[in-house]
Amino acid sequence: MTDPIKFYPPKPEKVYFFGTCLIDLFYPDAGMAGIQLLEREGIEVLYPEDQTCCGQPAFTSGYHDDARAVARSQLDLFPENWPIVVPSGSCGGMMRKHYPGLFKDTPDDVRAAEVAGRVWELTDFLLNVCHIKLKDLGEPATVAMHTSCTARREMGVAAVGPALLSQLQNVELVEQIRAEECCGFGGTFAIRHPEISGAMVSEKVDALVDTGAKDFVTTDCGCLMNIDGFAGKNQKPIKGQHILSFLWQRTDAGSQNSPVNASEKGDKQ
Amino acid sequence: MNTTAEQSPHQIDVKEFHPRARAALGDPQIRKNFRNAMNGLMSKRTAAFEGWDVETLRDLGANVRMRALANLPDLLEQLEQKLTENGVRVHWAVDADEACRIVRDICVARDAKSVIKGKSMVSEEMELNHYLHEQGIEALESDLGEYIVQLAEETPSHIIMPAIHKNTDEISKLLHEKTGTDLSHDANYLTASARLQMREKFMNADVGVSGVNFAVAETGTLCLVENEGNGRMTTTVPPCHIAVTGIEKVVPNLEDVTALLALLTRSATGQHITTYFNMISGPRKTDELDGPEEVHLVLVDNGRSTIYQDDQLLDTLRCIRCGACMNHCPVYTRVGGHTYGTTYPGPIGKILMPHLIGLDEGRHLPSASSLCGACGEVCPVKIPIPDLLVRLRQEAVDGDRLHPGKVKGHGAKRSSVEAMIWKGWGLMHAKPALYRFGTGIAAKFRKLQPGKIGGWTQYRTAPALAPKTLHQRMKERQQ
Repeated sequence: MTDPIKFYPPKPEKVYFFGTCLIDLFYPDAGMAGIQLLEREGIEVLYPEDQTCCGQPAFTSGYHDDARAVARSQLDLFPENWPIVVPSGSCGGMMRKHYPGLFKDTPDDVRAAEVAGRVWELTDFLLNVCHIKLKDLGEPATVAMHTSCTARREMGVAAVGPALLSQLQNVELVEQIRAEECCGFGGTFAIRHPEISGAMVSEKVDALVDTGAKDFVTTDCGCLMNIDGFAGKNQKPIKGQHILSFLWQRTDAGSQNSPVNASEKGDKQ
Repeated sequence: MNTTAEQSPHQIDVKEFHPRARAALGDPQIRKNFRNAMNGLMSKRTAAFEGWDVETLRDLGANVRMRALANLPDLLEQLEQKLTENGVRVHWAVDADEACRIVRDICVARDAKSVIKGKSMVSEEMELNHYLHEQGIEALESDLGEYIVQLAEETPSHIIMPAIHKNTDEISKLLHEKTGTDLSHDANYLTASARLQMREKFMNADVGVSGVNFAVAETGTLCLVENEGNGRMTTTVPPCHIAVTGIEKVVPNLEDVTALLALLTRSATGQHITTYFNMISGPRKTDELDGPEEVHLVLVDNGRSTIYQDDQLLDTLRCIRCGACMNHCPVYTRVGGHTYGTTYPGPIGKILMPHLIGLDEGRHLPSASSLCGACGEVCPVKIPIPDLLVRLRQEAVDGDRLHPGKVKGHGAKRSSVEAMIWKGWGLMHAKPALYRFGTGIAAKFRKLQPGKIGGWTQYRTAPALAPKTLHQRMKERQQ
């Protein structure tokens, strides 16, 4: 009944990296940052070339046949028994929590449950499997954080982001009111119910702006796209980044010294 | 005071969800009333569970409800037997209409003309007031919130706090207009004046109608949780008491009630215990001085036994009607209860109403959620509401050949265009080479990306495609 207790594996030699379609198309920097953080921890990152999408958009829209077809093609990508790390609570939650149900009563049920059991949200993996120790090289900064609902409630990692940020000596984390409230993204919800989603993101942006921080980080690119997109369109003084990009930039000497990266950050996000 | 014809909930078109949502979102008063009320309820709940192992308690509550549901047919028979032994007359209603007729027949047999009502969502589901009015029987709500809603000729906007959409000012004006009370912002004064008017009704009512929170099979006890004393009055002052309840409310033993009651009051209003907790075990005995001469229980099915037959949907019936799911729902908080156009609003309404009205009429209900999971997180009996929403979305579009739709009206939301879009999406994402080709092209010609994407860009900028996909960058890296 209660969520199962997580049994973290020992730190492995290798991991499979499932990059997610949003990162692939819109935020590859966040994916690269995740890969580089893992590599710096001495882990070899396997990036299956045939990965596409976890299948969640069709799944939550009710088109389970199509979701299953897409999800099934991901099941082949992780043949060896290495952990599968995902830089998203949402896609991670789809794979870890919903694959077993999606493949129930199919010939792939055992395989799907086995894959699901190896899926980890990447920040959780860095903190609790790699026991990462971050050395902050950046200037003093204040940031807010939005933990996605799936990272919080499906993957149970609400404490992870703040714990990682607290390792950064020059970073002050400020908390917005109703931090646990949804930003209004919800995948196709934002398209099907634009007014309600718009009202939700508007309040989320206000809450973030009210912290006084000019930057926020988040675990999920869906939320990032939503919150940043609203702030951008409405000229609100807050800008977002995937938490992995932020962690990498603050702790990588090359990123700190490179003016190109700094301007790229503004361009891409 | 005249009872006005109640607006039938079915006069509200459920399919008009979008226009009502827009209207509510554009009404600052509604937004403020709900936001403030829900904020208050959320913090009260948190405070009420302080010092409690809430997760263990929720597990216990869920297990109590699951055990009860697992033995539902036997428990209902046991309940009927015990109640009958206790002198309570038990009636079975297959749907809302039959339940209404049973209540009417009891009233007619007693030549009853006036009914006083305690709060009961099942009676809302039955549209009982409306029905009795048509039969020439006056039904007056005695719960203050329900009373306000009845005066305003509205339906409840929340299952626990029916008039939560109104602020003191609006209530003051309504009472002034309908009952002649002085305009006042003093909630105590307004309550006292309503109380005064109700006292007389209580004394003269022929029949009292109430709901039931828990029906205990082993003892034949009907438990009623309330704060205003109107439930106690309704069930003890009039000579006849009729309790109406859904068939799922039965629990095996009295001790099961302790966990559920502890969860219910804390989850609903953030109270450790309500002001009144009534345990009704039968009519007045010969040596007793008060209590009704007759007690009836109407057990209402109204679609529940159909829900019961599905292993997953069955979880819907665990609900103890605390309202915590709506208090914590970011959608409900924004649009309010009336937007849903259904007896039960909010997350529980979205998973329950499709069974009562069909997925054709309620097709927009399951999709009106970001699946944030706040509801499931606070549900005192751990109903997996988001999973049930996804299940109903699947049913609404008949999207799973392995699990054909079962719910009334399934497939009503399926559109050939959307089905084709997902089919195309599925093909592209199930063929890695095609995916890489397509996304590579998209990145290359990203300058041609459309600037407008439906409702998305109404509120946000379009997300910018990166110059190179992660696939491409990893490929380059390996070279």
